[in-house]
Amino acid sequence: MCAPGHSGMYEATVTITLKKGISDPEGANTLKALHLLGFTDVKTAHTIRTFDLLIDSTDKHKVEHDVEQMCQRLLTNPVIHHYAITVKEAP
Amino acid sequence: MKLADIRVGVIRIEGTNCEQESLDAFQRLGTAPEFVHLKQLLGIDCTKEETRNLFDYQCLMIPGGFSAGDYIRAGAIFAARMKSQLARPLREFVEQGYPVLGVCNGFQVLTELGLLPGFDETIRNVPDACLYLNDSSRFECRPTLLKHENSGTCVFTRKIPKDSVRLIPSAHAEGKLLFPQEKQDAYIKRLLENDQIVFRYVDPDGKYAGYPWNPNGSPWNIAGICNPAGTVFGMMPHPERSFYVHQQPTWTRTGLGSEIGDGRAIFESVVDYISKKF
Repeated sequence: MCAPGHSGMYEATVTITLKKGISDPEGANTLKALHLLGFTDVKTAHTIRTFDLLIDSTDKHKVEHDVEQMCQRLLTNPVIHHYAITVKEAP
Repeated sequence: MKLADIRVGVIRIEGTNCEQESLDAFQRLGTAPEFVHLKQLLGIDCTKEETRNLFDYQCLMIPGGFSAGDYIRAGAIFAARMKSQLARPLREFVEQGYPVLGVCNGFQVLTELGLLPGFDETIRNVPDACLYLNDSSRFECRPTLLKHENSGTCVFTRKIPKDSVRLIPSAHAEGKLLFPQEKQDAYIKRLLENDQIVFRYVDPDGKYAGYPWNPNGSPWNIAGICNPAGTVFGMMPHPERSFYVHQQPTWTRTGLGSEIGDGRAIFESVVDYISKKF
């Protein structure tokens, strides 16, 4: 049963960052180019990857559990990645 | 078993490469390899005649390339598709002593599958290693010198004398073998204790050297490792690209001499292992 006004869908956002000490050449090159363009106040640049998932479910706990599994089994490699998950009702 | 009865499955999906050289290497040694698309093993989009079972083969090889566009991470999608239905048979295949070889992208697939390094469990749900971007942040394509350091555990290198150096080409952007940072030293110690380190990058004097001899910055100069049983082996350089001497860049200086290239012994070793064991 959906709560009144619930679309029956959840939006999950997975934000993936590199662990400390893992090189981020895209971030390093971006920083260099920003400095060349005159943005010399920029001290660090890190790249972050996000996945936006639209999930057909009315059970938020299951969605959170499933997305956690997706991170473990495909979206990240725990050797190099940290990840954060947010889940909200889709409008 | 007879050489002609040894069936090797060279697994491919979109984006694999060097599968022809890999198949040729096994074929030239008298075995009966065949290309098998992952969908044939999963029973998707193929006829009954085309469908294959892992146990139709005595050896599996995952070749190089950029499988599924290297999306998400190199080898991650190949590994996920394989694990979706084949985790259990793959575990049984390995536990029965059947060998699995991963070269380049294949090595990346084996780590993403959780088959390497293979400590404690045959296949792990969550990977315990990663082949990450080269220190140079770019694709490195050049001949590399590999010192063979295995003492006999790895069934793919038993015909290669210990401490000998082989010239085998590398061509990859993600070849730096990483373990969880806090466990890196302990993992390398375990690899050494278990005789799982197979090849390490060296310079022409046979010494462990940095870039460009080590093309990716791998700790301990590691180029290839096997599981504790020695039957699952992953290496970044391409032995199928040095099956014959004339494939190596040195022959114009050193002469052809024998036709045997530096990578051939890897295929010979595993074929010898299979013919004696099964």
